[in-house]
Amino acid sequence: MSDNNGNQVFIPSVQTDGSGVGDHARPTASPTAVPTKNPTTSPTAGPTAAPTKNPTASPTAIPPVGPTVVIDPVTRIEGHLRIEVKVANGAITDAWSTGPMFRGLELILKGRDPRDAWVFAQRICGVCTTVHAIASVRTVENALGITIPDNARILRNLIEGAQFVHDHVIHFYHLHALDWVDLTSALNADPAKTSALATSISTWKNSSTSYFQGVKTRLQNFVSSGQLGLFGNGYWGHPAYRLPAEANLLAVAHYLEALEWQNQYIQIHARLGGKNPHPQTYLVGGMASPVDGSSAAAINPTRIAELRTLVQMGLDFVNQVYLPDLLLIASYYKDWATTGGGYGNFLSFGDFPTDTSNNPANLWMPRGIVINKNLGAKPQAVDHNLIQEYVSHSWYAYSGGDTAGKHPYKGETTVNYTGPQKSFTTLSGETKYSWLKAPRYNNLPMEVGPLARVAVAYANGHVRIRQLVDSVLAKLNLGPDALFSTLGRIAARGIETVAIAEQMSSWLDQLQNNIKNNNLAIQDRSHWDPQTWPAESWGYGMTEAPRGALGHWVHILNGKIENYQAVVPTTWNGSPRDAQNAHGPWEQALVGVPMADPTRPLEVLRTIHSFDPCMACAVHIVDPESNEVMKVWIENY
Amino acid sequence: MDRELLGQVTTVNEGRILVLGLGNILFQDEGLGVRAAEQLRDNFILPETVSCMDGGTLGLDLLSYFTADIRMLIFDAVRTGHAPGTLVRLEGNEIPAALAQKMSMHQLGLQDLMAASILRGTLPQKVVLLGMQPDTIDWGTELSPAITQAMPALIQSAIKELSDWGVAL
Repeated sequence: MSDNNGNQVFIPSVQTDGSGVGDHARPTASPTAVPTKNPTTSPTAGPTAAPTKNPTASPTAIPPVGPTVVIDPVTRIEGHLRIEVKVANGAITDAWSTGPMFRGLELILKGRDPRDAWVFAQRICGVCTTVHAIASVRTVENALGITIPDNARILRNLIEGAQFVHDHVIHFYHLHALDWVDLTSALNADPAKTSALATSISTWKNSSTSYFQGVKTRLQNFVSSGQLGLFGNGYWGHPAYRLPAEANLLAVAHYLEALEWQNQYIQIHARLGGKNPHPQTYLVGGMASPVDGSSAAAINPTRIAELRTLVQMGLDFVNQVYLPDLLLIASYYKDWATTGGGYGNFLSFGDFPTDTSNNPANLWMPRGIVINKNLGAKPQAVDHNLIQEYVSHSWYAYSGGDTAGKHPYKGETTVNYTGPQKSFTTLSGETKYSWLKAPRYNNLPMEVGPLARVAVAYANGHVRIRQLVDSVLAKLNLGPDALFSTLGRIAARGIETVAIAEQMSSWLDQLQNNIKNNNLAIQDRSHWDPQTWPAESWGYGMTEAPRGALGHWVHILNGKIENYQAVVPTTWNGSPRDAQNAHGPWEQALVGVPMADPTRPLEVLRTIHSFDPCMACAVHIVDPESNEVMKVWIENY
Repeated sequence: MDRELLGQVTTVNEGRILVLGLGNILFQDEGLGVRAAEQLRDNFILPETVSCMDGGTLGLDLLSYFTADIRMLIFDAVRTGHAPGTLVRLEGNEIPAALAQKMSMHQLGLQDLMAASILRGTLPQKVVLLGMQPDTIDWGTELSPAITQAMPALIQSAIKELSDWGVAL
């Protein structure tokens, strides 16, 4: 990348080589850095190596003014980020979150046709494609004053709803479960007892002894073939794993089932108009998928019947597998309901419009702000003008100085890398330490994501969400404060998955009804021709990604994009400190989290993963020359 | 609208060979795998048994395309430590081993895909990864000059590979 003067600026690579992010070499550089600090940890070693990873490390070895632990990356699939924490007396006392890639979508979109923006925007993130596309078309529609037809609203709700259900199940089983489930322990499970456990919590069909024996054999073969290392950063055998062997085997079985299930469920997208595999059905003004009861090629009653089957299959899995597993696992980790909560400030843009009015009051998932965990008051309305991004602790320079925030319409991306130029292990002493900006709402850090949506919906009196929250808390015998925690975040994700999976069929009903009434409109083309556009316009689009509030902003000048900004969920949650030195939400949530063994900081992963970080959203993978998937090292140890 | 960005590719289901391009096309050479798959699709007449797909950075969303009855040729940006444009060919078990060393930019997604495929018993009967050392990874949709120049060599290696598989282009 270049700065404003055209000089080369280096992206800090993700430092998994023990040399720190300061080894910010280009990908073409050869590895030269030599680990200097405690390079003995090797989380990527196979499970059999686990007991000997750090023979000298134990909680008792931690000095009172403790070590700094650096974890990088902490995501399992999507990308990379860097978390640095300080530990004293077995708990985290401070944290720094670093996203190692700078944002510059406007560099690609400037000068392009705004009708094409979504095609590029959906590539920002490998796992959030469709939500970026929706945010983008909404943004341009807002700028041009377009109201989409009802069928387009419904199709977008269905596509996005399926994305939520699919994504949350994958998060639970494939990204987050291994923080709580010990794969190696599952090998000790008794299949008959596992069957008894399964039938005690659910009516799910696959629950026989022979079924679990089969899963155990598959897992055994996988482990025996030496391929467990493919599961990157599991800390097998860590004392913080607390599930009985049978619960671990049950979770492994459902990990496998969820793989098959997600393959099927996501076919909803294909049936709504094509995804092979990137969505292609969006249009500014509506959708590109025809809706017509008399056309075989269009979305018609036959297609809707197929969709109903898939929607029901999704709901069955969520009700009979995901939610019971969540409750089972949570029951062994209830101490996680008192830690990892953070500020308790929540922002939800809300989503799933119930009509085409563009009235925020008519969103099925409500829009609003909850401050300081107060669920007793009506949520505040969201005014996008109160969103500002700060760069006081980010590697950028703002015209006008770094202490004032900028609204996304005025967003700038001018690199000002002040970080270390050589190998290093810590960023905690640096004023600027991240490539993420720090978005704030009315100058407050805001958590976004499932817990934010559930908190706003709860405070807003959303009937179904309230029922589900109360029921889950009652089943776990936890009070309402338990929501504001690492475990509460996981529960909120499951709760909204149930609610959305249920809601899908009502959108199918609405679509079917429109077809029946011969209401087939799918796109408003009255503003398609740029000649109908004003010379200059501004627009914003709010949506909810599975990971949280997603906003796009556009400035259109003479038919072309003049500026384009995206503020993504992980930037809200993973942001660094702001001009007032307030921590970002992750940083705040980590303070106070216990840590049994700083050389194997499973507790940090649990808390950060509970937010469902998506670094491919906010940053992108720029790897170091390293032989390790993740590096943990201790400073001042 | 750029046609290639729409990812218009034939569906996999009837194909016996899937050519899968990986990478993020917003980051120049990071997307060289996708660009290679596009070039193969657009510049050659492929038999019906061969499909090309833009896999982007989709990770587990691609799992349904990993089936035991196909052969798979993957294009990706791969870090070898050598000069930009340097080619590398990895096959079968070499791929997870190389992924463990983070040679591919997308090792996490591909690694997870392969792990999941092995667990499901759906790992394609043959998987070959053709990789190239990238030069520039910055915001931008164009390949760097060095990689643009090197692309024909990558395509040639794919043609040779497919020829070894009994497919003449």
